Amino acid sequence: MPEKELESPRAVQNGFEPKIVAFFCNWCTYLAADLAGTSRIKYAPNIRVIRTMCSGRVDPQFVLEAFARGADGVLIGGCHPGDCHYQEGNYKTLRRVLGEMGIEDERFRLEWISASEAERLKVAVNDMVEKVRALGPLRLEIKAEHFPEEVAA
Amino acid sequence: MKRYLYYPGCSLRGTGKAYEESLLAVFKALDVELEELEDWNCCGATAYMAIDEMNAFALAGRNLALAEKKKLDLVAPCSACYLVLNKAQRYIKEYPKVARLLEHGFKAAGLTYTGTAKVRHPLDILIHDIGVDQIKARVKRPLAGLKVAPYYGCQIVRPYATFDLMYYPVSMDKLLRAVGAEIVDYPLKTRCCGGSQKGTLPEVGLSLIHILLKEAGRRGAQVVSTICPLCQFNLDAFQDEAGKKYGEVSMPVVYFTQLLGLAFGFSAKELGLERNIVPAKRVLAKFEPAAA
Amino acid sequence: MDARNGDRRIGVYVCHCGTNIAATVDVKAVAEYAAALPGVVVSREYKYMCSDPGQELIRQDIVEQKLNRVVVAACSPLLHEETFRGAVAKGGLNPFCFQMVNIREHDSWVHQDRQRATEKAIALVRAAIRRVALHKPLEKKRVSIHPDVLIVGGGIAGIHAALTLANAGKHVYLVEREPTIGGNMAKFDKTFPTLDCAACILTPKMTAVKKHPNITLWTLSEVTHVEGYVGNFEVAVTRKPRYINEELCVGCLECIEACVYKQAKVPDEFNLGLGKRRPIYISFPQAVPQIPVIDPETCIDFKSGRCKKTCIEACGDRHAVDLKQQPKQETIKVGAIILATGYQTFDARKVPDYGYGVYPNVYTAPEVERLINASGPTGGEVIMRDGRKPQSIGIIHCVGSRDENTNRWCSRVCCMYSLKLAHLLKERTGAEVYNFYIDMRAAGKAYEEFYHKLLEEGVHMIRSRVAEVTDWAMTPEEEGKLVMRAEDTLISFVRRVPVDMVVLSVGLVPHEDAQDVRRLFNISCSSEGWFLERHPKLAPVNTFTDGIFIAGACQAPKDIPDAVGQAGSAAAEAMVLIDTGYVEMEPNTAYILEEECSGCKTCIPLCPYSAITFLSDKKVAQINEVLCKGCGTCVAACPSGSIKQNLFEDEEILEEIQGVLANA
Repeated sequence: MPEKELESPRAVQNGFEPKIVAFFCNWCTYLAADLAGTSRIKYAPNIRVIRTMCSGRVDPQFVLEAFARGADGVLIGGCHPGDCHYQEGNYKTLRRVLGEMGIEDERFRLEWISASEAERLKVAVNDMVEKVRALGPLRLEIKAEHFPEEVAA
Repeated sequence: MKRYLYYPGCSLRGTGKAYEESLLAVFKALDVELEELEDWNCCGATAYMAIDEMNAFALAGRNLALAEKKKLDLVAPCSACYLVLNKAQRYIKEYPKVARLLEHGFKAAGLTYTGTAKVRHPLDILIHDIGVDQIKARVKRPLAGLKVAPYYGCQIVRPYATFDLMYYPVSMDKLLRAVGAEIVDYPLKTRCCGGSQKGTLPEVGLSLIHILLKEAGRRGAQVVSTICPLCQFNLDAFQDEAGKKYGEVSMPVVYFTQLLGLAFGFSAKELGLERNIVPAKRVLAKFEPAAA
Repeated sequence: MDARNGDRRIGVYVCHCGTNIAATVDVKAVAEYAAALPGVVVSREYKYMCSDPGQELIRQDIVEQKLNRVVVAACSPLLHEETFRGAVAKGGLNPFCFQMVNIREHDSWVHQDRQRATEKAIALVRAAIRRVALHKPLEKKRVSIHPDVLIVGGGIAGIHAALTLANAGKHVYLVEREPTIGGNMAKFDKTFPTLDCAACILTPKMTAVKKHPNITLWTLSEVTHVEGYVGNFEVAVTRKPRYINEELCVGCLECIEACVYKQAKVPDEFNLGLGKRRPIYISFPQAVPQIPVIDPETCIDFKSGRCKKTCIEACGDRHAVDLKQQPKQETIKVGAIILATGYQTFDARKVPDYGYGVYPNVYTAPEVERLINASGPTGGEVIMRDGRKPQSIGIIHCVGSRDENTNRWCSRVCCMYSLKLAHLLKERTGAEVYNFYIDMRAAGKAYEEFYHKLLEEGVHMIRSRVAEVTDWAMTPEEEGKLVMRAEDTLISFVRRVPVDMVVLSVGLVPHEDAQDVRRLFNISCSSEGWFLERHPKLAPVNTFTDGIFIAGACQAPKDIPDAVGQAGSAAAEAMVLIDTGYVEMEPNTAYILEEECSGCKTCIPLCPYSAITFLSDKKVAQINEVLCKGCGTCVAACPSGSIKQNLFEDEEILEEIQGVLANA
């Protein structure tokens, strides 16, 4: 069966292309994305990857900033629990805060993807893009200029 | 109370009558209600599929369209019916070309087809829906000491093996053990019986039949248990002929539902055991209920 | 917005990478877009940025255009970040005033829509330009390297690597979990294509290991903990007791003879269960070290406390038997580690159609190696489990390999060893031998010629994938035989071949505990479970963890010459590290602004490398630059924001986030 064409006319038809900011850790998910590249595995072009050495570096502030600046979704990629230093506590707190702000669950996602799991990456990205597309643009009612003050407070 | 749609197919009303008799008895004993699919038609079996695939799908597909209206799972005991109905469903789903062609047919027959019918096998239902414990609970007379060679034939495991293992299915083994029988190791359990070849290429068909019977005997079986009307017929009806050509074989060949039914306390007559060509009486008589 | 990047002079280079990037991303448009961004002084596109002329472009522009920041949009930084940092440095600019953008692995190779791919490239480049403006010059720090090397696994690869390093004057710890070194190769009878006796070519190397003053050999030992980083690993090794004192034993083996078990009763692991041993045993006659082992699971004294202990008696005044021996914990410091842990063979029970474990005369190839080996359980005679000698033998290639149902890969050595076994079995028994193969893979030196020789010996080659092995007969000739049913694809005919013995050429699979081992050493495995190399073509023995190398079959199935080749290669890589004497650390460490630290100690337990300590006099935390690996966990966790990370500052990442999302 031929692979479903992801950049299909249907997407253009609907008009809305979600913007997803992804934080990938250097050792695992970033490598998996590289592997997807060398394997020529195709996936949705909606994600923009920001590389950190470890997903532990991902400050909740970054996630909030991403949403405030226009991201429709944020994806964090780390290694499998036990291998990873990403503090689950950060993730859980963020979930709560985002929930209170009215940001739907599907817009913020944490995936454990190890260096060899290029297929998994593709599946996770495509799935997230579809789910966020279905939710529509975020249109967060927050003025970006006042945001840093609110966060610092 | 579990309910299912029931698709007997041509064979269960013909040479496979004993299968229907014993199946209905066993399912009734287990409080399973079977509602015959109204206005069902012949599934086409392997014959039609080999001559005209598209028409064969249409023929089988009509039954699926009828079944999905009722929103109940459809039980198809005959192996060929089971395979053909499943195959038609898969092809319609996977090949848009098939679906498009059939759409006209269904429309003309005033039917809609959404592919939601579920075609199940009695083994699948007994193991997964009802469960071995329920079966054990109904046993009145365990088939203690009865050595059985479980013969599945090919169509329920090839090309699709959905509810059991492809190379070494065990569902019938489990059911028969649950009623107290001893299962003989029978590596030919999915080996082809020749199907219609006994008629078209008798030298091939007969030798296949002989091997199955000979090996069952060699491994100590007293009876062969089958699930398919054609397998049963092939193995039952030609033992003399096979014996003359390849060496003597003599083995009663019954449906697994007949064995279950005996364990549940039904009489040989109720289970259609008197329809067998090679008499099963000498092996199974001791499990029949005492004459009333 | 216009004041941004005020005094920055940024050079942007967008690479075509031939057609790899340019076929999907409009590199010209990306370069043009970048040229218009604030701070960008020069923006170029070029065919191959990593080439000499490409790098020269950067160097020249830095000098002539007085660039103070550089962005290169090309392949993955994991491939060429160092290359471009080097080019930047050549231009006289600090190499960390550089940012690389991945528009190949993460863009042109994974997307098809040209417009969307170009949009993405533009967004990523924009983000990098905004980020790089905030980069500060940084210096790599140097850390010294410990000159010792640890090699895990004493098979042919581990042995070769150990000898190579030891001969170069390096001190090597060779840790092996079995009681003897030699690995899988020690179990073979002969090796292809020369038919050299495996023991004859291996044992001299094994003895050399034992004698070498630079090699510390620990058998029956396992690594339990690894800490540290390249050049400075601290490794904990547990040495399990063999209940014989290695210093005192002279290898006479009289204790084994004297054991109260007059008959060997325990299934022998070395002979794959085909033979028996006593509770006190030595794996094989040429084992190194030549010291017996006592198995506490089967030794009567261990089980019941009541044994005459004739072994101790036989040892006499050497007093080498020590039933009270305890496991010993060792901690060693090494600069480099080589993993050469080898492979396991495929469990043939997973292909039930071939009857392994059901029919007694179905064997796996490793079992047959032991049968034909003179020091094996049958003294080199091919005697089947039912006591008979086979007059016909079927060998099935590709068991557990090249198969969607089991393993997809080709195990590379099976065709050759199947031919080898065909030759040896025919020679030993005179039987009719049938090889059932799918393809004949004889790609090594002199391998095809070996295959040719076999053809002349009358071995039957049947090109087919055997469907099943059964024990029932259709004709009188098949009575009492195992029947192999296969479609001979060269004559388009289904054949039934009755044989006495079936040999399954099982494939190579990763060790059961490969995942545990790789976690221990902090390296990765491929999706199939083999240890992951840094690059399959250009860096097959390096891993993504600096200082840790892999060699031999643990990286992928391979034959002995390739394993030895890789072992030498890994030894050379380790030597590079050690002889250089130092390693330069990435300056992406975290640092604490003392004046802002509130002393809350949140960061201290979070550090996976224990790099943060609390200074009780100043009441602030402090990070050890050398131990810090730059993971950034403390940076994100610090409640007062007083921990910063070089190269991954909050401001830098925030600029990157804004950059990928901005519409301008």
